[in-house]
Amino acid sequence: MRTIRNGLVLALGITMTALGATACGGGGDQTPAAANPNEHVELTLSTFTEFGYEALIPEYERLHPNIKVTHRKTGQGGPYHQDLITKLAAGSGLADVAAVEEGHLSDVLDKGSKFNDLTKIGPADASPDRWLGWKYDAAKTKDGKVIGYGTDIGPLAMCYRKDMFKAAGLPDDPEAVKPLFATWDSYFAAGADYVAKSKGKAWFDSAAQNFNAMVNQLPQGYIGSDDKLAVEGNQGIKDAWTKVTDAVAKGESAKLTAFSNEWNSGFKQGAFATKVCPAWMLGVIKEQAGPENANKWAVTAAFPGGGGNWGGSYLTVPTQSKHPKEAAELAAWLTAPEQQIKAFQAKGTFPSQVKALSDPTLLSQTDAYFGGAKVGELFAEQAKKVQKPQYKGPGDGQIQENASSPALQAVEQGKSAADGWQQLVDQAKKITR
Amino acid sequence: MTVIDKVAPEGSKAGERTSPRPTFRHKLSRWDVKVSPYLYVAPFFIVFGIVGLFPLLYTAYVSMFDWKAGDDNPEFIGFDNFKELFADSQFWNALANTVSIFLLSSIPQLVIAVLLAALLGARLRGATGWRVGILLPYAASLVAIGIIFANLFGPKYGLINGVLQTIGLDPIDWQASRFGSHVAIAIMVNWRWTGYNALIVLAAMQAIPKELHEAALIDGAGMWRRFTAVTLPLLKPTLIFVTITSTIGGLQIFTEPKLFDAMPGSNNGGSTNQFQTVTLYLYQSAFENYNLGYASAIAWVLFVIIVLIALVNFFLTGRLARTPAVKKK
Repeated sequence: MRTIRNGLVLALGITMTALGATACGGGGDQTPAAANPNEHVELTLSTFTEFGYEALIPEYERLHPNIKVTHRKTGQGGPYHQDLITKLAAGSGLADVAAVEEGHLSDVLDKGSKFNDLTKIGPADASPDRWLGWKYDAAKTKDGKVIGYGTDIGPLAMCYRKDMFKAAGLPDDPEAVKPLFATWDSYFAAGADYVAKSKGKAWFDSAAQNFNAMVNQLPQGYIGSDDKLAVEGNQGIKDAWTKVTDAVAKGESAKLTAFSNEWNSGFKQGAFATKVCPAWMLGVIKEQAGPENANKWAVTAAFPGGGGNWGGSYLTVPTQSKHPKEAAELAAWLTAPEQQIKAFQAKGTFPSQVKALSDPTLLSQTDAYFGGAKVGELFAEQAKKVQKPQYKGPGDGQIQENASSPALQAVEQGKSAADGWQQLVDQAKKITR
Repeated sequence: MTVIDKVAPEGSKAGERTSPRPTFRHKLSRWDVKVSPYLYVAPFFIVFGIVGLFPLLYTAYVSMFDWKAGDDNPEFIGFDNFKELFADSQFWNALANTVSIFLLSSIPQLVIAVLLAALLGARLRGATGWRVGILLPYAASLVAIGIIFANLFGPKYGLINGVLQTIGLDPIDWQASRFGSHVAIAIMVNWRWTGYNALIVLAAMQAIPKELHEAALIDGAGMWRRFTAVTLPLLKPTLIFVTITSTIGGLQIFTEPKLFDAMPGSNNGGSTNQFQTVTLYLYQSAFENYNLGYASAIAWVLFVIIVLIALVNFFLTGRLARTPAVKKK
């Protein structure tokens, strides 16, 4: 039974591959990485949380009957990446195609020698112009290797509570609120205004969420391009710190640690009026605020200080893989525009490919929960505002997670801004020592 | 053993008959007697060697290196990790937290366990039901308990603070305050382990000969007097056993503080490490900072501390066991 069906699928697959090859071949030379179509290959793919690949993998297997893909899904990102680094260190156990989140990318780039250069082994159609420039460049190692194909991105916009804005006498129409979100200064000033008018209600959820977005917008982050700690000398980081902690002092923060239980409850309770909103945050808000708060939340195509990106992943091919070419082909296919649109429709992962960003399916996407906002178009617009990737040296993600976020939490819990800054600097030094 | 007994005489008989020199069969049976016992006990030692001794020694080896996960050629640095560790304020902070949480959990836990055992030992209707009942928290999933308690102790929307506010008290920021967080974590630990310890104590209590109690009763001792003068002294070895096990567990406390942290997945133990324990710091060093050498050094220091405390306990047990409690009577 199985062999008969496989035979049919094989025949179908060969025709499809042939069609596919002619379709792709129009661009230029033949793909040098084309694998032997008759060899039976088993590939593994490891992802965390939701990538929207459930329907795509059977499709890929239909198209490539000689390939069997096993998908290993993990629930949480943190443990997934710990496991990834450990297996990288152990030298075995990794999947042929391993997903890496943007926040952990710097740790992986640091170990670039343990990954395949996709410009060497990847199919020719996976060319740089497929992706948004900054997304593609972020996965380049110092010596110019490209170790990951971009999957989704998290362009930033601002979400806010229409009803709470109205109650405090602020404008609430998505177009009318844009000036409030023009710069961080105007944003925090509006926050102070809101706190006064609403008699002490909070403006944003947590200091760390804003601070992370602000630091990400800077030309240089915690680590300089020489891989040395640059927190103390970086005036941009210090300014961002001052602005955020001033806002905390003015009572603008709801003091809820992002993704904690209390934060989840905060959405239901209407504990804050605005929220830094990467594209994937819409799903989080819907989930946590629940149907009873439908139409209260709105999103607008504006973000303090221009644009930014928060989140999104890459598909890498570790050198441990026994079938690197086949793995790279799978990764390239999964991140191709058509598949990104399908993943977006399945799980809302926002595409990172230029062609996908002008796709009518994406642009016509609306969200009833957010008052029917054209979210596809809105985030596509925000994605184009992102300039270039900030260089993230080794330890950058750890500093954000274990130095700056706890320090801001401490300030929210009553520590002085100066002591909090010292805590950040000391901890960052410890991490990078 | 029966096999050996059978084989040995047969072999020796055969040997005597044919030649004065021991035959191969004879030798084999002698070897059998000598070697077999070791083979029988070998599985334990092999398994212990693989999963106990080897990791212990290898950890000691790793602790001598500046070993980052993924390093191809870690650098040998001798005892530098230990030197650094002893100068590391975060380690001492973590150790102080661990001891504080351990004391806050173990002391009330043992007191309540003994009192609970005394209650359960009294004549109760449906005694088995009560006994099973106090063991139920122990059977619950530790992770589920952690998540539920972290919710209860939420600073803003937690049930405990809700109750405090209803009765007119100020809410406590269980996350931010060092002592508050230790109390919250200790309550989690106590909720889970008190019943377990109570059952062990109860078993020991029921092993106390009835005659002693009857004699005390005849001497006119009341219930409290009998408890303090008969039950407690005879419970000493059991109490010490329970103390040792809860010390070892308490010094390794990990899941509760990890899940208590508001930041999901965080190993910081609060914004200023106010409830980071030694194992949490070890885990952070190894699997978040990928500093395997340093983490191994922490593991060894923790191991030595636990061994020291266990030795002290062992010494005390020995002394207490030598003086029979009934002698006083």
